[in-house]
Amino acid sequence: MIGIEHYIVVSAILFVLGVLGIFLNRKNVIVILMAIELILLSVNINLVAFSAFLGDLTGQIFAMFVLTVAAGEAAIGLAILVIYFRQRGTIAVDDVNRMKG
Amino acid sequence: MIQIFAFYLFAVLLIAAGTLTIMSRNPVHSVLWLIVSFFNAAGLMVLVGAEFIAMLLVIVYVGAVAVLFLFVVMMLNIDFAELRAGFMKNFPLGIAIALVLLAELILGIGAYGAGVLELGTPDGSAAPMTDKSNIENIGALLYTDYLFLFEAAGLILLVAMIGAIVLTHRERASGPHRGHQDIGKQNRRRPEDATINTRPEVGKGVKL
Repeated sequence: MIGIEHYIVVSAILFVLGVLGIFLNRKNVIVILMAIELILLSVNINLVAFSAFLGDLTGQIFAMFVLTVAAGEAAIGLAILVIYFRQRGTIAVDDVNRMKG
Repeated sequence: MIQIFAFYLFAVLLIAAGTLTIMSRNPVHSVLWLIVSFFNAAGLMVLVGAEFIAMLLVIVYVGAVAVLFLFVVMMLNIDFAELRAGFMKNFPLGIAIALVLLAELILGIGAYGAGVLELGTPDGSAAPMTDKSNIENIGALLYTDYLFLFEAAGLILLVAMIGAIVLTHRERASGPHRGHQDIGKQNRRRPEDATINTRPEVGKGVKL
């Protein structure tokens, strides 16, 4: 029988995979953005599973808002990536220290 | 029974595709695995009866965000000859993935027809079932209780759109108004200023 635990485990594994992706691909910023999308997807799975578990639709509505923010974040991130590539001619981000931050 | 099988299929493929997303050497392959993982997550959501979020996931992510990623990946330097060279080599893998996706679709539709997966409720009682569809319930909640949050989400999307355009918009290289039409200058122009076409006879000049 499939319970809420199964969904939480899948979502947790996906979340860890996303965090791992950020650490594994330190050079490629596109893959880092995709790993962030994976993390947000795991959050969405969690929200939807608890929404079905509790019989409360609020979780699905919040999943929709998470989706909105994720779409905006992807658009802005890729736009920043495009202007960065235009400036530097590369997307290697392991040595981004122009602003000495 | 078919729902349990479908759950494990979707879950295993979701995790496998997520792993391949972060492990692939080629960013194009990463984006394609990301699309597969989003499809499988949508399948998981369909299983618990959240059809609207699942369809939103497919439309927004596979239709927009993944294509955006693919577009940016292709815009940066990728060796296309190398990509095309592996076509015959990758053909069996492509066929296998297509078959898996087809099996998932059939199984997902079958599981959806067999009813929603019951996750149980905290105190063991049955979840409050409504006779309306999922999308109708979400709409009734979204446009009443969460109306201001909904409009704020629209505002976020607007700001993101304007931000992306402002960031990537490039000014023309020479002069701020190159290629622009100056209507006042056009209206001030008189026939005397214009260049006229004359056909002088042979041996005679043109009077200036």
